[in-house]
Amino acid sequence: MLLTLCYLVGSVTFILGLKMLSNPATARRGNLIAAGGMTLAIAGTIFLYEDEGGHKLGNYGWIFGGLAVGAVIGTLAAKRVKMTAMPEMVSLFNGMGGACAALISVVEFDHLMHAYQSISPMVFGEAIPTGFLIIILLGLIIGSVSFAGSMIAWGKLNGRIKDFSFKGQHIFNLLLMAVIVALSIYLIGWMPANSLLLFYVIFALSLLYGVFFVFPIGGADMPVVISLLNSFTGVAAACGGFLYDNKVMLTGGILVGAAGTLLTILMCKAMNRSLANVLIGSFGGGAAKSGSTGSKDQGSYKEISLSDAAVVMTYANKVFIVPGYGLAVAQAQHACHELEKLLESKGVEVKYAIHPVAGRMPGHMNVLLAEADVSYDKLLEMEQANEEFSTTDVVLILGANDVVNPAAKTDPSSPIYGMPVLDVELAKNCIVNKRSMKPGYAGIENDLFFQPKTSMLFGDAKKVLQDLVAEIKNL
Amino acid sequence: MKDFLNWIHDNQQIIYIVILMIFVGIEVIGRVPSVLHTPLMSGANAIHGVVIIGAIIVMGKAEAGNYVALILGFLAVVLGTLNVVGGFVVTDRMLEMFKKKK
Repeated sequence: MLLTLCYLVGSVTFILGLKMLSNPATARRGNLIAAGGMTLAIAGTIFLYEDEGGHKLGNYGWIFGGLAVGAVIGTLAAKRVKMTAMPEMVSLFNGMGGACAALISVVEFDHLMHAYQSISPMVFGEAIPTGFLIIILLGLIIGSVSFAGSMIAWGKLNGRIKDFSFKGQHIFNLLLMAVIVALSIYLIGWMPANSLLLFYVIFALSLLYGVFFVFPIGGADMPVVISLLNSFTGVAAACGGFLYDNKVMLTGGILVGAAGTLLTILMCKAMNRSLANVLIGSFGGGAAKSGSTGSKDQGSYKEISLSDAAVVMTYANKVFIVPGYGLAVAQAQHACHELEKLLESKGVEVKYAIHPVAGRMPGHMNVLLAEADVSYDKLLEMEQANEEFSTTDVVLILGANDVVNPAAKTDPSSPIYGMPVLDVELAKNCIVNKRSMKPGYAGIENDLFFQPKTSMLFGDAKKVLQDLVAEIKNL
Repeated sequence: MKDFLNWIHDNQQIIYIVILMIFVGIEVIGRVPSVLHTPLMSGANAIHGVVIIGAIIVMGKAEAGNYVALILGFLAVVLGTLNVVGGFVVTDRMLEMFKKKK
């Protein structure tokens, strides 16, 4: 009875937590509330759960052992991970959840086989309720796809796995899915003698599908994919809820499934692309085509010296800083804040222009800059920033590339055509800090760098910013 | 057809929950600013870690001699805990950065 209350409270905290997470002021508390509800639901399950026969759970040693191992590794991993590697971490944890759901299905199926086969192999097929089997298989398939996909996404984000696709891959994927579905129907409907083997074949094929599902999608689209896989895992968790008639798993899982799907769509919208477009991976195909156009003569770029850059910025009225992944990699957020304070003390108005997908994840830059104590109201979203660029003297671009590429507005053959970008070319001057002339994540050239208003300031973002600060102090 | 109707009748509670939760999930995050997309995804990621409850039940029900169930169940508990604990801690670390300044 008490357990029902625990689950009820748990479900409510999940809804409340998610609601609070969608508002900056309450987000942190929302996360803690959901965590509290989760703790209650877990503790309740361990101590209060009884099955139909009134038996309590056993194997406490194993359970607490598993909880302890998971909690220690999870906390350490989450605490130690660098801010730049957050997206990978989320993907990894998501994969763990998917694997957990798949394993539950494996054990439950194994359990069923033992229980029924020992009684009488003849009535085996009829004895198991079909609904139960469907749910076990669903949990298995969705969980495995989510696990395998998340691992690939994780590998892609940290650069261990390169984009890879082959001709007819989409057809291959569709066929693979069709085979999985067909085998599942065969298993459920006919329960052949070698069911267990068939079950493991479905397991293996689902893992394979997860791999091939994510493989062709470009690395820049990984956040969207992770969000989608996140909602998959939610559905897999809900399958567990069906299986055990457990309301908190059901509500939590479906809630995440629905919210995750919407979030995925919202992320796509922020990049002005449709989900189908992301999944079919036209990005990869487009980039290959633009290789020929990219090789056209771009003209030459000009470099600017540190002292010149310092002078230009100090005597400007308004400076915009556009942070990108380069800033994150160099961990330059503190140096950036220092430059901002120094310029402000000289009477320069300094603001940040944040592209919704700057860095590797939506909100990535906000998190980083907030870490360096940059005031919240200095961070302008793209629309606001675009209105102000025409009155800006200097735009300092720190390791951002694709999000300031004018080709997105002018060149229909560009793979990022149609993505909203920051109109930095409206400002009087652009100073671009990059490590080299290598193209950005989308692998395409950026005309901005070759425009007469633009000057390049090569080097590691952190070092360049520190040197700039020193130069300005000496002026 | 009769089977199908029966099935709906027997599971109507669950079906109601599923339908309502889909709407709640969509409504609740409908107006999230893009700044919060990543933390929200991470938070939702932690919440689906509720699958660990299934793992605990599997583990707790396994017979003492059934090593397949014990080992797989143990693995499931470890992975589920990673999802829950890691998910909430990472989300908290991200949100820590958003704290209001005076």
